[in-house]
Amino acid sequence: MIIANTLADGFVVFLTADNGWTHDIADGAVAETDAAADAMLLTAKQAERDCVVIDPNLIPVEIVDGRPQPTEYREYIRANGPSVPTPS
Amino acid sequence: MYRYDEFDTRLVQERVEQFRRQTGRRLNGEMNEDQFLPLRLMNGVYLQLHAYMLRINVPYGAMRSRQIRQLAHIARTYDKGYGHFTTRQNMQFNWIQLKDVANAQADLAEVEMHCIQSSGNCIRNTTSDQYAGVAKDEIEDPRVYCEIIRQWSTLHPEFSYLPRKFKIAVTGSPNDRAAVALHDIGLRMHLNKNGEPGFEVLVGGGQGRTPFVAKTIRDWLPPEHLLSYLEAILRVYNLDGRRDNKWKARIKILVHQTGTKEFRRLVDTEWDKIRDSALKLPQAEIDRINAYFAPPDYESLDDAGETIAAWRADNANFDAWVRANVAEHKIPGYSIVNISLKSANQPPGDMTAAQMDAFADLADEYSFGELRVNHRQNLVLADVEQLRLRELWEKLRALDLATPNIGRVSDMIVCPGLDYCSLANARSIPIAEEINKRFSDMDRVHDIGELTINISGCMNACGHHHVGHIGILGVDKRGKEFYQFTLGGSSDQTASLGDRTGPGFPADKAVDAVETILNTYIEIRNDGECFLDTYRRAGLAPFKEALYGNP
Ligand code: HEM
Ligand code: SF4
Repeated sequence: MIIANTLADGFVVFLTADNGWTHDIADGAVAETDAAADAMLLTAKQAERDCVVIDPNLIPVEIVDGRPQPTEYREYIRANGPSVPTPS
Repeated sequence: MYRYDEFDTRLVQERVEQFRRQTGRRLNGEMNEDQFLPLRLMNGVYLQLHAYMLRINVPYGAMRSRQIRQLAHIARTYDKGYGHFTTRQNMQFNWIQLKDVANAQADLAEVEMHCIQSSGNCIRNTTSDQYAGVAKDEIEDPRVYCEIIRQWSTLHPEFSYLPRKFKIAVTGSPNDRAAVALHDIGLRMHLNKNGEPGFEVLVGGGQGRTPFVAKTIRDWLPPEHLLSYLEAILRVYNLDGRRDNKWKARIKILVHQTGTKEFRRLVDTEWDKIRDSALKLPQAEIDRINAYFAPPDYESLDDAGETIAAWRADNANFDAWVRANVAEHKIPGYSIVNISLKSANQPPGDMTAAQMDAFADLADEYSFGELRVNHRQNLVLADVEQLRLRELWEKLRALDLATPNIGRVSDMIVCPGLDYCSLANARSIPIAEEINKRFSDMDRVHDIGELTINISGCMNACGHHHVGHIGILGVDKRGKEFYQFTLGGSSDQTASLGDRTGPGFPADKAVDAVETILNTYIEIRNDGECFLDTYRRAGLAPFKEALYGNP
């Protein structure tokens, strides 16, 4: 999947199948082949040049309970928010 | 406290509008990220894991109540309702949106606050002793010199592109509460043999991946030469500091590679050229700044020690709080109150907008409308009447701000770690939470006594792990979070770097290791020894054996 931050608000987003961006990882596109991943990264880099997102990256995911989830713990936290409750 | 003059006000307002235009150009695509990055960093905006982060300077940690009220307003309006106090006595907001930053900065400017030089390779916020002006052991108020340094270093044209960031800390007391030996420059006030105050100048301290305790390059510097001497140091660094390698660019590396003696010679050569220049501080200027820090209108009170003792005898919780959190004030009848931001219910250093607002009211009611942030991520009300301690304590309790653990096991310095920080290798906050949970029995906490545990989520050492009595460093070991330990670090006047115990522990064993270390201390301590005393006497061996067994 492609993970990035939107330029204007900075929040984490994922590239969708129709080349849009979503905050919900479940709505993001999962590349099944290397070629599909390369194509998604190209799209994301263009979105970076178009000042829509910053720092797009390709990350490995696995499907957990029907939702894609990053396999690396750094990206897992990035995708799911802080692992500790935020003060309120 | 210092108040902005017309120049400060104009400078800050112009800067907000300049950054507003810069963000506008970034948002409409006129600038790419490479072009924008240095500009946003000059204005305190980072991109973290989940969002942008805004770092706001709190000069030498001192604030008025209306300033923390404004921080509460920013937390509520532009962020998620809370903020994080850092070891650099600053505040960070974790969820600021780029499109809102200029508005937030304009709101800050209304209360004489800003984000200028809160990041980037320039002279950062000068930090100081949270007991400045009220400490019994103080020679002179360090805030005066911090403010002089602030004015000199703000937008200093020669020092806007240093090889790397530059941090200065000042203490006016022999008991160092500001970790000055861990800064690029540390200033420690002493009296010379004629009884005149001046600064011991320490250079090249720092943490990160190559930690150093600063070296003294001058035993006593008259205050009138403060700026010319600092300028000489910065010039040597600016010219000779490495720019080819980010990890070797701090002044600590230059001092280490040049040698203290040669470095001193280089500084003195430069200093000779400028010591009697316009940088020389006339006494009138020192007096002018000093006037901003005139003591508040203290009542003339008797020491209320007996009443406090009776209250303490009557209530064990109040007693524990006074013992850990209340410090002696130089004026009879007053106390210094430390407010722990290390309750079990919130990440260390975090404060909600509601707490900030309520705390602002307490500062107004009990401490002349002022408060301080210290480098251990706690707050201070510096001027509280002793006879009002008990009612203040009740009110703090209601806000979850009366945890009686200052200087104890659960009063940890903790960086944001992988829960927020994009540079992190491991999380810090969950380890801190687990420590807080395991050490929640206050009798045990007070039996363990004086202790600092400092936790960083990576080698950058924002959580000061090198100088924790127990330091914990998060590392990534083959895709898993591990925690390495150092023991015997200290950041006070006896500053030392901790010694590595050995291999790290996985996340689910890290707090067991803390228990093992503390149980070992309790077993081998002599009467009256705190952890650091025992460690300095007994060395690493008994702790190593307890942690890893006999090889
Ligand atoms: C979350 C965003 C942060 C980033 C990206 C960041 C980055 C860094 C880096 C790269 C260093 C190493 C500098 C060097 O050795 O040259 C450093 C040092 C440091 N940071 Fe942070 N930091 C962050 C947050 C914090 C926080 C929250 C605190 C306070 C809790 C803090 C306080 C410090 C201190 C005290 C140092 C260390 C000592 C030194 O000057 O060598 N930083 N930071
Ligand atoms: S020590 Fe590392 S993980 Fe912690 S805040 Fe600093 S850069 Fe981030």
